[in-house]
Amino acid sequence: MSTSRWDAVLTVPVTENRDHIQGTADAAVTLVEYGDYECPYCGAAYPIIKEVQSRMGARLRFVFRNFPITTSHPHAEQAAEAAEAAASQGRFWEMHDLLYENQRHLGEQDLSGYAEQLGLDVESFGNQLAEHVYAARVHEDFMSGVRSGVNGTPTFYIDGVRHDDSYDIETLLAALERAAA
Amino acid sequence: MTNTTVDDLAAPLAPGTKAPEFELPLTPDRTVSLAEFRGQPVILAFYPADWSPVCSDQMALYQELLPEFQKFKAELLGISVDGVWCHLAFAKDRNLRFPLLADFEPKGEAARSYQVYRAEEGTSERALYVIDTAGIVRWSYVSPVGVNPGADGILHALESLGTEGG
Repeated sequence: MSTSRWDAVLTVPVTENRDHIQGTADAAVTLVEYGDYECPYCGAAYPIIKEVQSRMGARLRFVFRNFPITTSHPHAEQAAEAAEAAASQGRFWEMHDLLYENQRHLGEQDLSGYAEQLGLDVESFGNQLAEHVYAARVHEDFMSGVRSGVNGTPTFYIDGVRHDDSYDIETLLAALERAAA
Repeated sequence: MTNTTVDDLAAPLAPGTKAPEFELPLTPDRTVSLAEFRGQPVILAFYPADWSPVCSDQMALYQELLPEFQKFKAELLGISVDGVWCHLAFAKDRNLRFPLLADFEPKGEAARSYQVYRAEEGTSERALYVIDTAGIVRWSYVSPVGVNPGADGILHALESLGTEGG
């Protein structure tokens, strides 16, 4: 039900050297998620994405972008910055997964614990969080989402077009298969 | 609600129309009028009701975007037919720090003047207006009631006003 000529398409295309990507550029279909680590709906989508990835294998490329709604989720911004800090040490996806698997535990101590668990340089990680080194990057993601018609989380784009249907496993998989065909 | 078709939606006031004046309660002892903001852009976000899931996401998103709206010196006003006490509780619960105005008595009068009142439901449409510094409607949009319209249309409209920066 998209009625506005501004909504529905990804305004910032997926780029290999900026985005967090699982899968290759020659995959049959690209799924982009704008998500918030503290949002329960994103938490519910997390295992669905895993399942979709496992069923589609190399035919799917998955991209995650930050969309923390701090008004509702006080820990979301820091969690997003933590994932970016982990990315700077090459461990974005491991942190992304840990955050979604521990959505109710996103305090400062928790984040530092996850960094330790992943074998990151915890001091550097902690400094980057304290100095909000990745706040600008997170905000860039957020604004690219706003300009693409993200209106809540999670919002998905399939090959650059907003997926306005349900994201239960069957519906999402069917939409991805249609795009991949 | 999910069966609402585009054809059922109200047609909002068109760009170029003078924005109807209103003065609505913000708190039990304070009112806010549109005229107070002459000289700056105003975003009106009419929404059906406090507490309904879509509204809440929409208002949380707008709260998040207040710094972006401020870059255009724009004032955001949320408007629904809920009363001031309901608005106060809702704003407190959801950490909303922009004005929520009560279009409560006479019920829906402001929504009616902006052509976005739904008489059968007794609420407003989910409608957005961007009004320029001279009080003229520059952009209007009615979303299906169950769909969060996001903010890209608002930002696009504000950009075209040229009030950014400074």
